[in-house]
Amino acid sequence: MSILVYAEHRNHKFNKASYELISFGNKLAGDLNTNVFAFTTGTLAREDLKTLGNYGCNTILHFPQDVSDDEKQLSRIISDIASERNASIVLIPHSFRGRAAAPRVAIRLKASLAQAISGYPVSLKPMVVNKRAFSGKALIEETLVADISVLTLNANTFGLIENVVEPAIEVLSIDAGSAATRVIQSEVQSGKVLLSEADIVVSGGRGMRSADNWQPLEELAEVLGAATACSRPVSDEGWRPHHEHVGQTGKVVSPNLYFALGISGAIQHLAGISASKVIVAVNKDPDAPIFGAADYGIIGDLQTVLPRLTEAFRKHKSQS
Amino acid sequence: MNILVCISNVPDTTTRIKFTADNKSVDYTGVQWIINPWDELALTRAIELKEAGKANKIMVISVGNSTVEATLRKALAAGADEAIRVDAEALDSFSTASHLADAIKQYPADIILCGIESSDYNGSSVGGMLAEMLDLPSVSSVSSLEIEGGSIKITREIEGGRQQLETALPAVLVVQKGIAINPRIPSMRGIMTARTKPLKVITASAVNAESQINSYDTPPQKSSCRMIDPENLDELVELLHKEARVI
Repeated sequence: MSILVYAEHRNHKFNKASYELISFGNKLAGDLNTNVFAFTTGTLAREDLKTLGNYGCNTILHFPQDVSDDEKQLSRIISDIASERNASIVLIPHSFRGRAAAPRVAIRLKASLAQAISGYPVSLKPMVVNKRAFSGKALIEETLVADISVLTLNANTFGLIENVVEPAIEVLSIDAGSAATRVIQSEVQSGKVLLSEADIVVSGGRGMRSADNWQPLEELAEVLGAATACSRPVSDEGWRPHHEHVGQTGKVVSPNLYFALGISGAIQHLAGISASKVIVAVNKDPDAPIFGAADYGIIGDLQTVLPRLTEAFRKHKSQS
Repeated sequence: MNILVCISNVPDTTTRIKFTADNKSVDYTGVQWIINPWDELALTRAIELKEAGKANKIMVISVGNSTVEATLRKALAAGADEAIRVDAEALDSFSTASHLADAIKQYPADIILCGIESSDYNGSSVGGMLAEMLDLPSVSSVSSLEIEGGSIKITREIEGGRQQLETALPAVLVVQKGIAINPRIPSMRGIMTARTKPLKVITASAVNAESQINSYDTPPQKSSCRMIDPENLDELVELLHKEARVI
């Protein structure tokens, strides 16, 4: 028996979600008295590979050919490795490609699947997990009945646990087979904080008034090292790109801190942010429903409040 | 090029979710049922492609008892040509995908569209499971789909960016917002013609679930919101740092 973690990277550096998943896998391995293996694919420097050891992973299986873009190929390779290493739990990041591969891996392994679990399982034998349902309006406890479990984890719900070990790196030479899909063009921004795994998210709504008013919001995000986001009307109006839309039909986020700026708090928006630990709302309407979901509220006009907020956080940052 | 759209029947997204007294199931009394929002966007794109002369036939398929037929009729009214209901209970993602896979073997299509998740159980699993069961390629988080002759061009979102891809067909595409922006609302004429469009009911063999829900709960309510004076934002910074410990 073992635990297998699929570790993802962006621009040849591991995502925070991968370190969180290794931390999670290491705790599972401790509780089940077994080992945690990490599998990764694509070009990675040895010192970058070794960073998985900072969270307790002692064996890293590296396949240098990048197969992460083809869902069928990637899931076949992950499931083959899981079978070879006799994995009883396979952990996959709840990222775009992770959540796409997980169901395929589960079918190949005849495993039970739970996507976007919120934190550590309630029980390991049998595997019982907590998840959100009805877009955050309900919490469910679910038993996974198969002998093998494939799990994806909601970002920031377990956290990072440092545990530095010197990992062994095995370079895999396996038959990758052929891909059924072909990438024609990739555009990936390198600098930006990922919305899906950000600690802090700064999000704007209709109260931002127009597409030209986002500079102060981006400034606040930069000071906080936060990802930027928006509500549905904003992306529907084309003020911000669709990939920033947080809410029921957009992205569901789970940061430690979420700023809702000029967002009234429609039930569909709340569905996307209810997993946030702390919510700060700024709105000029004291009756806006967002204040019912927020921990801290400011009633005021964004044009004056937003620059002051940025200033206050900048001052804090320079003092700490 | 024929397109099959998988449809999940879900409670209206504004529904207040209630549970039965033992918290073991959802109380669906009085619930309005709709096409899952992402499936509706998939259907909308299929209809647009047909109207542009790029696709021939649009089929819709759903797993469930006769109550899902109203939702399938809505899809026909919006512009689908044929509907299939698999007469079985959708116990979990695995059983749903198994039933769909069995049915699609009888009613193949070039492009199979699934929404990225359903707004009830948010499982994000059926599309990928279905693709694996049918041994087909899949592309997920698809935000744009174009048909050019016998092939398709897809844009999908990935962490921090996007990719344009081609795929061998048939394929399963798991779509998100962007594939279409506003769902197609059925016209009066559409509603009238939907009555005469075929809705086939097919029987299914038993499938066991791979997961089982033990209990439901309501998320913890936030205690009251602490209001901060906009003239004194240092207080907010202090609270976030010392009380909430998030900065």
